[in-house]
Amino acid sequence: MQSARTVSLTDLYERALLIRRAEEAVVDQYAEQNRLLVEKKPLTHAIKCPTHMSIGQEAAAAAIGFALTPDDVIFSTHRCHGHYLGKGGNLRAMMAELFGKETGCSRGKGGSMHLVDGAMGMLGSSAIVAGSVPLAVGAALSFQLRGLANVAMPCLGDGAVEQGLFTEALNFSALRKLPVVFLVENNFYATLSHVESRQTVPIPDRGRLFGMPSVCVEGSNLMKVYEAMQELVQYARSGRGPALLEVQAYRWLSHVGTEPDTGRMRRTADELRAWQAKCPIDAAERELRDRGAGEIVESVKARVSRDIAEALVFAKESEPPMVRAMFEDLHAESQR
Amino acid sequence: MSRVLSFADAISEATCQALERDASVFVMGVGVDDSGGIFGTTNEAYARFGDARVFDTPISEQLTTGAAIGAALCGMRPILVHARNDFLLLTLDQIANHAAKWSYMSGGRLKCPIVIRGIIGRGWGQAAQHSQSLHAVVAHFPGLHVLMPSCARDAKGLLLAALEGDTPTVIIEHRWSYGLREEVPAEYFVEPIGKARVARVGADCTVVAASFMVTEALRAADQAAALGIDLEVIDLRTIRPWDVETVCASVRKTGRLIVADPGWGHFGLASEVSAVVAEREFSSLRAAVRRIALPDVPTPCAPVLEAAYYPVAADVLRVARELCGAELAALQSHFVASDATANGHAKPFAGAF
Repeated sequence: MQSARTVSLTDLYERALLIRRAEEAVVDQYAEQNRLLVEKKPLTHAIKCPTHMSIGQEAAAAAIGFALTPDDVIFSTHRCHGHYLGKGGNLRAMMAELFGKETGCSRGKGGSMHLVDGAMGMLGSSAIVAGSVPLAVGAALSFQLRGLANVAMPCLGDGAVEQGLFTEALNFSALRKLPVVFLVENNFYATLSHVESRQTVPIPDRGRLFGMPSVCVEGSNLMKVYEAMQELVQYARSGRGPALLEVQAYRWLSHVGTEPDTGRMRRTADELRAWQAKCPIDAAERELRDRGAGEIVESVKARVSRDIAEALVFAKESEPPMVRAMFEDLHAESQR
Repeated sequence: MSRVLSFADAISEATCQALERDASVFVMGVGVDDSGGIFGTTNEAYARFGDARVFDTPISEQLTTGAAIGAALCGMRPILVHARNDFLLLTLDQIANHAAKWSYMSGGRLKCPIVIRGIIGRGWGQAAQHSQSLHAVVAHFPGLHVLMPSCARDAKGLLLAALEGDTPTVIIEHRWSYGLREEVPAEYFVEPIGKARVARVGADCTVVAASFMVTEALRAADQAAALGIDLEVIDLRTIRPWDVETVCASVRKTGRLIVADPGWGHFGLASEVSAVVAEREFSSLRAAVRRIALPDVPTPCAPVLEAAYYPVAADVLRVARELCGAELAALQSHFVASDATANGHAKPFAGAF
């Protein structure tokens, strides 16, 4: 069994900030594209795929990279930028994928909703709600069959909890004591529909029904989310069975796209402001500065900005796929 | 070394040899460990390898399909078994949205070599939800292989080939094929995926068939020979990708084509084969292509209705006579109602399977 690594708040802050800044770069890119479109100017480089942003939800994603080892695996959803980067996915390959380039992590076949980095244990993302949950269960089954002390984590949202597949997954993983940690990020809304209008019991109750440790934390404190995740990952790794972690964190932007959706349905400006005041990245920065680590904060910010700027240049300068590449990659046998 | 084996025993032998040879192979599914052993195809594997590698699952077909995919992404080679292929419909999201697309969506960087076995039921009043032939449904999706062995040798060789490959594969077996017996090599071997088998060489008319319709077509060919009609029977074996070259070469030789499909005609295998042959070999055809398929209704239960439902050898023979004898008859209906009076050949079943 691998021992818990010591993780500093700086580590978590840097990972969360990377996710935040990367998504802000996507927001900026879309704004620039939209400006050019209005001005009827040519778009040389553009992101042309639906982007589901996780700004405000970074705490769980940042914890993934430290609570899990590189040999542990995760599966994600349409909202996968954070999980991909959190697990250590390649930033340049992600940006190139969004820009539809051959150098993208999925060679331009997947786009924003299907990020993958096999080398880092990020084994793909499904745009079918709850669709990748059983894949994580199967990954855990493979670890158990091979006697490996690895953990699989399906990253899902509150909406996926409502799929029958989720309950099937809880039952099967509990039955076989599989090393799965279900990470349920509850941002309270399935597009615009509030969780209260969709669900009857608290999310951890569903895990407890199947006898697994099930914990709910608020995604406003990076270290607390990490510690909760780490504890459940160690539980699963020890062979005692699956666990469930609910992280509550508000999605600042709309379900899809790069604009806020404040004012629509139940999503009010007050609600958004209240959650922005609990921003986990701002809180971490304040804490680091209070500890006298202001210089470290500045160097982290500079490093993150530089990495993102480089990734954007890489993505824009990369070549798009040849049209014939459309017929490649369907079967693994036909690989280069 | 060859000996005579049944179709079911050939699957069982292939499964055991795969488990023996490759530590990443395992078998799961509802009832794979019970005394019936999925009609005798999994009990030897369970007896020899135990529940570490051959295990029962909850009745959560969607979950187990996804779990097979996830395990395959991590290097395993699962065999997932459904006692009826009708249950594949519960798992279509995992098959079509996930297994079929994971390699493509990852730019070819990930592979999920899963093998799913589903069985077509027939007879003893199994009615509409235990008797479908859903090969065309799954074959619609790029990214999958779909196999339909009709004989014991292929049942073994194709299962082993699927387990060697890296493409998610659905194998659809016919319950009525399980008792068919023939020489099967005892050693490990693979049959090529995507390659049809000329089951009988003939000169007058090509009959392309799959699964149990191959058995019916071969019976029809024997009867046709007595009438002086020489049928060439092609066992497609692989539905996706199907062997266009072998079929077209045969049509160039015979100039006539019947496609005998164990499924429905609309949007099905027979339609696909007919369309491709019409596109590619129009000038070779001496008559319109004819499809033999299920009537366009679900399977009925009552014995008299069920007997009338399935096309049989007599239907293949009748269409062959129309094509080869009086070609004008081909201008009549493209669909052939089954001949209830000709159903006597089927092996009687004592039910409850």
